[in-house]
Order: sequence, then C-alpha cells, then structure tokens
Amino acid sequence: IVFKVVVVSCAGAGGGNCDVQWCFSQVKGSIDDDVAEADIISTVEFNHSGELLATGDKGGRVVIFQQEPESKNQPQCRGEYNVYSTFQSHEPEFDYLKSLEIEEKINKIRWLPQKNAAQFLLSTNDKTIKLWKISERDKRPEGYNLKEEDGRYRDLNTVTTLRVPVFRPMDLMVEASPRRVFANAHTYHINSTSVNSDCETYLSADDLRINLWHLEITDRSFNIVDIKPANMEELTEVITAAEFHPNQCNTFVYSSSKGTIRMCDMRASALCDKHAKMFEEPEDPNNRSFFSEIISSISDVKFSHSGRYMMTRDYLSVKIWDLNMETRPVETYQVHEYLRSKLCSLYENDCIFDKFECCWNGNDSVVMTGSYNNFFRMFDRGYRQDVTLEASRENSKPRSVLKPRKVSTGGKRKKDEISVDSLDFNKKILHTAWHPLDNIIAVATTNNLYIFEEKLN
Amino acid sequence: MSGDNEDTQTADDSQEVQDKVISPEKAEEAKLKARYPNLGNKPGGSDLLRKRLQKGQKYFDSGDYNMAKAKIKNKQLPTAAPEKTEITGDHIPTPQDLPQRKPSLVASKLAG
Repeated sequence: IVFKVVVVSCAGAGGGNCDVQWCFSQVKGSIDDDVAEADIISTVEFNHSGELLATGDKGGRVVIFQQEPESKNQPQCRGEYNVYSTFQSHEPEFDYLKSLEIEEKINKIRWLPQKNAAQFLLSTNDKTIKLWKISERDKRPEGYNLKEEDGRYRDLNTVTTLRVPVFRPMDLMVEASPRRVFANAHTYHINSTSVNSDCETYLSADDLRINLWHLEITDRSFNIVDIKPANMEELTEVITAAEFHPNQCNTFVYSSSKGTIRMCDMRASALCDKHAKMFEEPEDPNNRSFFSEIISSISDVKFSHSGRYMMTRDYLSVKIWDLNMETRPVETYQVHEYLRSKLCSLYENDCIFDKFECCWNGNDSVVMTGSYNNFFRMFDRGYRQDVTLEASRENSKPRSVLKPRKVSTGGKRKKDEISVDSLDFNKKILHTAWHPLDNIIAVATTNNLYIFEEKLN
Repeated sequence: MSGDNEDTQTADDSQEVQDKVISPEKAEEAKLKARYPNLGNKPGGSDLLRKRLQKGQKYFDSGDYNMAKAKIKNKQLPTAAPEKTEITGDHIPTPQDLPQRKPSLVASKLAG
C-alpha cells in the first residue's frame, strides 16, 4: 500500500484552509538591495505564548519583537510586533587548533517556557550555546541617604536627616544578560538545540554527536548519541537535526543526511546509539540517481504540538510521519517538484544544499515551509489543499491580501504565472515560524522579516 | 525459430521505450556527468560529508585571521579611526597603533 496524497489547489483566494486569507501586516529590515552579510537572518522563533518573536542573524545578533496588546480602537487588528530588545549574542572566534574561524552566526534560538517575570532563551552558534535572560526594569530606587541621584557619594557632613528610599517608576528598560555559557562540548558544528519538556535539560546536536545538558550546569554535559565512525573514511551520514518530544521527556529524534529519522529513548541506556525506532521511506532502486541521497537529506524535523506526529523537510518535499509507523510517512507534500528537472544546475550553484525549515500551525492542521523566489508554501492537512504565497515589498500595503502565486511547469505560461527559469534562486525563504495560538506567521527572506496575519472581518 | 526471434524483438522494443522515458532526475544526472566527467559515482560518501564537517574558512594562523578581520572592519566602517596609520610592514607597532580586539557592535537593521 502506498500512501499518496493528491493535493488540490484551493480554488478560492484563500490560504491554508479555504477560509483563511492571509494579509500583510509588517516588514522589518532595510529596503536596501545591497545586503551586508551580517544582516542575513539565520533563525526565527516565537516564544510559547506568541507574545515575543526572536530573530538571529549572521552577525551574531538577536532581535526580539514584542506584540503590542490589542487596542480598543481597532479590535479587528491584532497587535503589531515592535522591537523589545536587541543584543549581541555571539562574536566571531578563532579555533587555534584547526586554524578555522568560528562564525558568530546564530544557528538556532529556542525559548524556555516562562516561569517568572523574566524571559529566557537559548541561542547557539556553531560551537557555543548561551542562555540569555531578558528582564524588564520599570522602577528604580530613589532617595538614598548616602548617595546622590547620579551615584556620587554625598558628603557625610551634609546628611542631617534619615529617609527611607522608595521605588519610583521609570521608563521601561529591557535588559538582556547572558546567564550561562555552555562551551567546549562540540567538535563539529551545532545544528540544533531543543529544550526538554522537563524544563531542566536540553539537547544540542552537531554533525556527529548529541549532548544532553542541564540548564544550571555549564561545566558538564552528557553525550547521548555518537555516530562518529572509528575510521573517518567510513563516514556515510551525518546528523542534520534533533528535537525532544513535546511531552515525553525521555524521547527525542534525530534526522540524518541519508533521509532517516531515529527515535531514541533515554531510559533504555545512557548512550542512545541504538535507536528505539527508525523512520525511513523505502526507495525504488530503479529511480536512484546521483542526486537521490543529496535531495533525501533531511534539513529539519519538527514534532507536532500534539506529539503524535513529526514532520521532516527534505529538498523537494515535506513529509508527515505517524510516530507509530516507521515504514513510510502518512502524508507527503511536494514543495517545488518542478525543480527535479533542474537538479544539475542546482547542484552547480550549491542550491541543492540549501537547508529549508518547516513548521506546524497551532492546532497541527496546517504546515508551512519556504521555497525560492521568496515564495513560501502552506499545506492544509485536513482539506488537502495547498497554496503558494510570496513575501515581497510589492505586496506590502497594510492589510493587503496576499494573492496566491503559481509556477508554470508546462510549455504554456498563463498570465500571472511565473516560469521555473525566471525564479530567483538567491531569494530563499529558509526560516518561517507560526504563532503558537493564532494565525500569525513570521517569514524571513534574506534580510527582511515579514509578518503576515489572517484577515479578520 | 521465427517465433523466438519475434519474442526477442518485442522485448528489445519495450526496453528501448523504457530507455527513452528517463526520469527527469536521471536526465539531470546525465547532464552533470557530461559536464564533469571526472565526477565520482558516489555523491554522498565520505568526501562530501567531510567537506561539510570542515566548513569554515581556513587561515594560516591566528595572525592571518586577525589581519583579515582588521581589513574587513576597516572596509565596513570608513569613518573609523582615520588617524591610525596602516601598521603592516611600515613600522614596529606600538600599543596605541594596534586595532582593538573586540569588533565594534553595529545594531541590526531589523531593530531600525
């Protein structure tokens, strides 16, 4: 039995499911066509409430946006996202042993669930993970006996009375401070971090190893997966992504460059080299080509919010797996199948190695991923419909509805369609994020962040 | 005898038809091999993976790295320190001449 999903494009103007129409809300970043390398966005992540939206870039900087509370004047508009805090998370370093530069690019940001007034996030570059605390200060103590307001010490001879210092309101100040630095645990390049549902531990994964950390302890981490062969000549696959199960604290998965996903149970043994489950779709050996392994490499793996499914992204498709069935995915969605006949040039310009991410909506009914030409795709699992939308400055009038886009594959190109050869492969959407509760999405082009939301009437 | 010949011919015909209907992937593979005849057969394999493991620009040593960083910094910030002279090879540097170790922090344009 082969599960094949036939996807029908939505006849209406809509988005994910036929009801949803997506419209432009905001765009962040400069209009400048000349993009500085530091401004290239490398990760986007909503926090657990959706109130905060964090971005990381190649220059090692983190920018956090906060959603304004809904205003009474415009109840049909959800609050805008405005800059809340920005800081330099990582700086470039030099690996003296290998004579290699360690890039400051932020590979991943993961938010911790909120436990008190402050917010915490984990940001990582290739080698070092940092725990950042973001806290607000909106009052300050005034009326010290021994100090002036500017901090200078008072002449004790002038102190004739005693007073009690009080807290007075001040302009809101948002401070970011590094609370923990988790360093020196990865020989290879970190591609993922994932916070455990126990909120005490997290994992970090590089090309060959996965480590388990306790958030409080920086001088020690446990290696839980090691796929480095004794002889590097025998290397056949690398780890491409890893994630903890959303509610089973003992379970995590990691994906590989060969298109497999292994699920591990930390209760089974300290070193999880033996997987509990291995998810792999059988391949037709007749269809095998030079490109098969490269395009089967999984660039992202994400559990559904329910924890029942997981989604993987390879070069041409998105697959949904039922955790109870290892033999094949339950759903497969073609992102840009028309690229299969362009693989030669995509290999030559390295685009075939682009790592696209994917994400679920809040109730796991729709999944989203990016493509080229600043297109991004949404697949509605229930209605079996998909749509292609574009993030561009041309559609950036406030609350303007996004028109579905279409790539023409045949000889005849209809009006409004774009041909495969006209696609701009430098305009890639690798990073997208979906608000955990509402229909608000954040889509990162090379150096701009677009926020789209559901049109509310 | 003639019956056998006919059977073989039919088998050959269907093989021909199959060869003509090549998957787009295989057609792309043929294109690539035509352009790069020296390309090995195993695309994955340890070579590609090891290149991936070693990603990052290699420098001769830390001095080479710091000089490269200083050059980029000077290019990106044309307004910075015009009074500092180029120190490579002209004279023995003094502590005042050396560029600062920390790169100066430029705010992200997303926050603009």
